[in-house]
Amino acid sequence: MTPFVAEFLIPVAKILAIIIYPMVMVIVMIWLERRVVAWIQGRIGPNRVGWQGILQPFADAVKLFFKEDIIQSKADKFLFNMAPVLVMFSTLLSFCFLPLGEPIRIGTYELKLWVAESPVGLLLILGLSSISVFGVIFGGWASNSKYPLMGALRSVTQILSYEIPVGLTVLSVAFVSRSMNLVEIVRRQESSHIWYGFLLPVSFVVFWISAIAETNRAPFDLPEAESELVAGFHTEYSGFKFAFFYVAEYAHMVLVSSLVVVLFFGGWLPPFPNVKALHFLHILPGFVWYLIKIMFFLYCYVWIRGTFPRYRFDSLIRLVWKWLIPLSLVNLLVVALLGSVL
Amino acid sequence: MAFKEIELNMGPQHPSTHGVLRLKLRVDNEVVRGVEPVVGYLHRGMEKLWESQTFHQIVPLTDRLDYIASVSNNLAFVLAAEKLAGVEVPKRGQYIRVILTELQRLASHLAWVGFMANDIGAGTVLLYGFEARETILDFFEDYAGGRLTIHALRLGGVPYDLTPENIALIRKVLDGLPAVLKDIGRLLTENRIWKQRTVGVGILNAADAVEYGLTGPVLRASGVNWDVRKRHAYSSYDDFTFEVPLARNGDLYDRYRVRLAEMDQSMSIVRQALDRLPDGEFRAKVPRVFKVQPGEVFHSIEAPKGELGFYIRSNGTDKPERVKMKSPSFINLQSLEKMCVGNLFADVVAILGSLDIVLGEIDK
Repeated sequence: MTPFVAEFLIPVAKILAIIIYPMVMVIVMIWLERRVVAWIQGRIGPNRVGWQGILQPFADAVKLFFKEDIIQSKADKFLFNMAPVLVMFSTLLSFCFLPLGEPIRIGTYELKLWVAESPVGLLLILGLSSISVFGVIFGGWASNSKYPLMGALRSVTQILSYEIPVGLTVLSVAFVSRSMNLVEIVRRQESSHIWYGFLLPVSFVVFWISAIAETNRAPFDLPEAESELVAGFHTEYSGFKFAFFYVAEYAHMVLVSSLVVVLFFGGWLPPFPNVKALHFLHILPGFVWYLIKIMFFLYCYVWIRGTFPRYRFDSLIRLVWKWLIPLSLVNLLVVALLGSVL
Repeated sequence: MAFKEIELNMGPQHPSTHGVLRLKLRVDNEVVRGVEPVVGYLHRGMEKLWESQTFHQIVPLTDRLDYIASVSNNLAFVLAAEKLAGVEVPKRGQYIRVILTELQRLASHLAWVGFMANDIGAGTVLLYGFEARETILDFFEDYAGGRLTIHALRLGGVPYDLTPENIALIRKVLDGLPAVLKDIGRLLTENRIWKQRTVGVGILNAADAVEYGLTGPVLRASGVNWDVRKRHAYSSYDDFTFEVPLARNGDLYDRYRVRLAEMDQSMSIVRQALDRLPDGEFRAKVPRVFKVQPGEVFHSIEAPKGELGFYIRSNGTDKPERVKMKSPSFINLQSLEKMCVGNLFADVVAILGSLDIVLGEIDK
């Protein structure tokens, strides 16, 4: 393989792929959510555009693209325009650090299914998700309107509060794997023959609950609680900028599900790698296993949305400060103690 | 954080004001300091309009008041008009009226559970409730042709007899409902989030409820035993045995439980009426030109939303001189501020939902 291909073409292709991949997942997710929620609710859902309505997200995108782009006269134009970009950018950038599958060998060249392998990948993702909070604040503030402002205030309180348990549980994973590198975390799960979800069940549960809250999804979808705040911080957005927020939310869900899979369910590894009888599971490539796993968690998102009522703001904050944070602190302490003893 | 108290307009275009209601809220961050309902966006001048219509023509117009429960509106008006004219409705007609209004109560409460759950974020229950309500509307379509504004009653009785096919359909509808109610109950009754949102929220004690003149399930959830069907039985309601579900705390959860229990009672009443449906005429002979002697009358019924009454003053022609409507939604809405102040912004939506208002009835 020539250096030109290896050093230039493949990285460029990877960069394109890491933008296209979340988009494809978002499209699948939008369709899945609408169909599955419809199914839970005893409706049919969109089934006209394409096979089983699979092209419906494209139709929606086209519609949004041609909508008038309204900027209120009293809005702060710079921040108003920047907010959706900021949210989208930080979410897409996080995907660079996700290992999507095991490296593929082509001759002597090893094609790695991730864009960047950083020793602090986990920290970078947490940091980037904090940047997306700014998009929410700017969006709510720059709209210069009351409902978006209230939505933004709620969002910020909620996301900042829930980042603490996320950080603490992630730390317990880092303790066990002794690494902040996402690829390394998966490799450690391979070599230790146990997925961390089973080793650290408390961490997994706390992380998953907090992650749902961080993505502003039901039952924690207060910032955009339709029945109170109309559409929360993006009430004043229309057309393509609204689509940016919308896509970023779904991409964030994909990101969070990927994180759960990588941190707690062995990333691209097939289940039970040490059971001889189940070795045929290796037939499927790692990328497919990874997809199957994240689809499961994406389905859970929809399932939860179809089942539960919405939390109220005070009980939401009470949940995180009185339950999740103490729980994850104790959990971290126990993991650290056991880790140093064993 | 210092946060100035702001005035927030909720509605008239807002997803959860149940129509074109406008609420002027004063909120201090998330805490509500004041609520002022602004009504009238759906005003159609109904009461004035009725003065130029004959009694027969008014009946279908009452459909458009509480459009979630149109049969109840019909019943309140025709009973008042019949009382003024001294028309005796045959027993079979009275029973069919009971069946229709109780089915309407079921439909209305099912819609309420759905809307209430949707306001609290459980959209699935909305669809479950509506699917069940759909079966009742299918029966109405089968019986009278309409689904929402049915015009199911006439002066002197009902327009059509209940055929055996109608009765079989009603029984089928009734057999299907308990399963839906069980599903809804499983999604909500013991759900922790639902309880957090409803228990102890929007409390109205019995004294306040009476003071504000509340009626219907909201009043009974506060522990006041007042049901017009029991107190001033009309249309043969004293022939049936049923209970008046009561609760004590007067919070949102009690209103939910009272309405669910009422649905069970309604199903039982319909079953009793079907079992004991008397033979004979279903409509009294009422002249085309329905003239009543000069006088005035007030008659009220227990509508799904509360006590619905009509005051009619007649001057001896076939048109009323004045009709005044006592609409339960309008009166129940007054208590909103009392219940909301001090609660959180999200509770306003839930409390408003728990009152079960219909703007068609408030604005007339």
